[in-house]
Amino acid sequence: MSFDLNFIGILIGAIMASSVPLILAASGELITERSGVLNLGVEGMMIIGAISGFALMVVTDNLFFAVVGSMLSGLILSLIFGLLTQSLLTNHVATGLALTIFGIGMSAMIGKNFVGIPGKEFPLLFLNLKESIPFLGPIFFGHSIILYFAFGLPFLTNYFLKKTKTGLIIRAVGDSPTSASNQGINVTLVRYSCILYGGAMCGLAGAYLSLIYTPQWIENMTGGRGWIALALVVFATWSPIKVLIGALIFGGITILQLHMQAVGLRIPVQLLSALPYIMTIIVLVVISRDSRKIKLNTPTSLGQIFYKEK
Amino acid sequence: MYKLFLRSLISVLFLLGLSLYANAEFKVGFVYVGPTGDHGWTYQHHEGRNAVEALGIKTTYVESVPEGADAERVIRQLAQSGHDLIFTTSFGYMDPTNKVAKDFPNVKFEHATGYKREHSNVSTYSARFYEGRTLLGHMAGKMTKTNTIGYIASFPIPEVIRGINAMTLAAQKVNPDIKTKIVWVFTWYDPGKESEAAQALIDQGADIIMQHTDSTAPVQVAEKAGVWSFGQASDMQRFAPKSILTSIIDDWAPYYVERSIAARDGTWKQQDTWHGLKEGMVAMAPYNSAMGSDLIKEVEQLQKDLASGKAHSFTGPIYDQKGNILVAEGAVADDGMLAGMNVYVKGVEGDIPQ
Repeated sequence: MSFDLNFIGILIGAIMASSVPLILAASGELITERSGVLNLGVEGMMIIGAISGFALMVVTDNLFFAVVGSMLSGLILSLIFGLLTQSLLTNHVATGLALTIFGIGMSAMIGKNFVGIPGKEFPLLFLNLKESIPFLGPIFFGHSIILYFAFGLPFLTNYFLKKTKTGLIIRAVGDSPTSASNQGINVTLVRYSCILYGGAMCGLAGAYLSLIYTPQWIENMTGGRGWIALALVVFATWSPIKVLIGALIFGGITILQLHMQAVGLRIPVQLLSALPYIMTIIVLVVISRDSRKIKLNTPTSLGQIFYKEK
Repeated sequence: MYKLFLRSLISVLFLLGLSLYANAEFKVGFVYVGPTGDHGWTYQHHEGRNAVEALGIKTTYVESVPEGADAERVIRQLAQSGHDLIFTTSFGYMDPTNKVAKDFPNVKFEHATGYKREHSNVSTYSARFYEGRTLLGHMAGKMTKTNTIGYIASFPIPEVIRGINAMTLAAQKVNPDIKTKIVWVFTWYDPGKESEAAQALIDQGADIIMQHTDSTAPVQVAEKAGVWSFGQASDMQRFAPKSILTSIIDDWAPYYVERSIAARDGTWKQQDTWHGLKEGMVAMAPYNSAMGSDLIKEVEQLQKDLASGKAHSFTGPIYDQKGNILVAEGAVADDGMLAGMNVYVKGVEGDIPQ
């Protein structure tokens, strides 16, 4: 293994790129869960976002439409979830699972005609800076705009939840919908908005996969990343910054274990493959040991059905 | 009483007629593990089906059938609905195929890449993909500047290990300094993981990428990184026009046509087929002119020699990683040894996952 500085920079750049879908989906889901709604449909919304983005790219030949369309399609799918759980008061867990299954099947059906079409090149920013600055170049430059957005998102989310009034309202709804409702807050409306926002972010995460990371459409191409994003939210104890850390660790070890294999380290490959999961859980559990803080961050009414008595 | 008898008689006759009708037309069924548009493994099987259909034989296919319990249900369904010959085109369909074959002795079954023929109506067939790997190895050995070949492997089964070994031996022959770096991804089909593996190998100094997985992701990564690559199962040239030197193509069409005609005409017999370059079951896509005409000529000659039997992918002396002799000087590995290959040859880095 060559250990020169530039190589480490390239490695860090690759790790960042691989954690983007997790950051996007987990940040979206975090807001949804903070409002007290447990949407297990992340994987389904991601895959619908992936196929919609790719299909729109092929049909319109416009990446902007593709990205916006993928967010809209994630949003529409989450709207179904919203209608069922908020208006018809169905169980969150069952509805979310159904949403995932629906999304995977639906995407495969839409995707029939888009299999095997090569993707379009997505513009990467500051490519010349990436080449010219050693070490820092490949870390900070030469990425897609979505990556920069993804890395800003956890900080924005953190600020939004902690420092803004809307953030406070969302947290209030998640912690005690009844009290919030008594304060005159429209709980159902707040939850709807959070569900739709989560859906749009999951759609974007899917589009990142099908438009940028592996530019093509393939059935089931999210490969369980939606479930990892869901787990990240819980292990990060609903803290956006810890979600970012968790996603980076997961992406990092996934890539590092491939490098370790390529170097020919004599560690059982199965253990290496399991390492990202194990390490992410360990690290997140260790950094969020403070039970007081966990209590503070956990949305108390998570997954509970709320209805206003009339 | 009389009415009841008449009723049962009519229904029996009806059922008989129905089954006769169902059997009247000769039909061939196909079970695929992936979507027909995967541009790899399943796509090529589907091309084979199209060739059978072109003869005027009626065919049915079921795609994206997971290996396991679902597979048996699908195969049974095909057998029940009057198909006379059923091709099951993935290794994992081995046991389900044999199980269904037991219950339908009049239906013929053809299982790809397996070795179990428990009943007389089950045949197996596969292709000598390793002959193609030998050609890739020759090109890789000549084209590499870093003397490092990156290989993305799926599962540690003899099929995959044979490919790694065949490639490495051929590359060593033209370039004794080459090293083969392997990354196991434990999947046939996960473009995200395949691209990460390709990128890791490139970052580790590989300037040749090849893969024993089914998606086009690795060649796309290679194209972007400006290193050489090879397509797998079908011609992937349009996914990486600059980077791809050639592709190994699985051509099942002649076999499917031959077996379908045999089954229709009643001459079908159980057999185990292992065809290669000679029979055309393994074919090579056009060679990239970037290799230069001398190298292309060399490779074309080697391809001819492998097809005619003048050359063999596993010609001794071959040593394992510890230096023990596997195949003696002047000898060639027999099919039994090839079928059960479970050690790396000298020059491959790392261990086979157990």
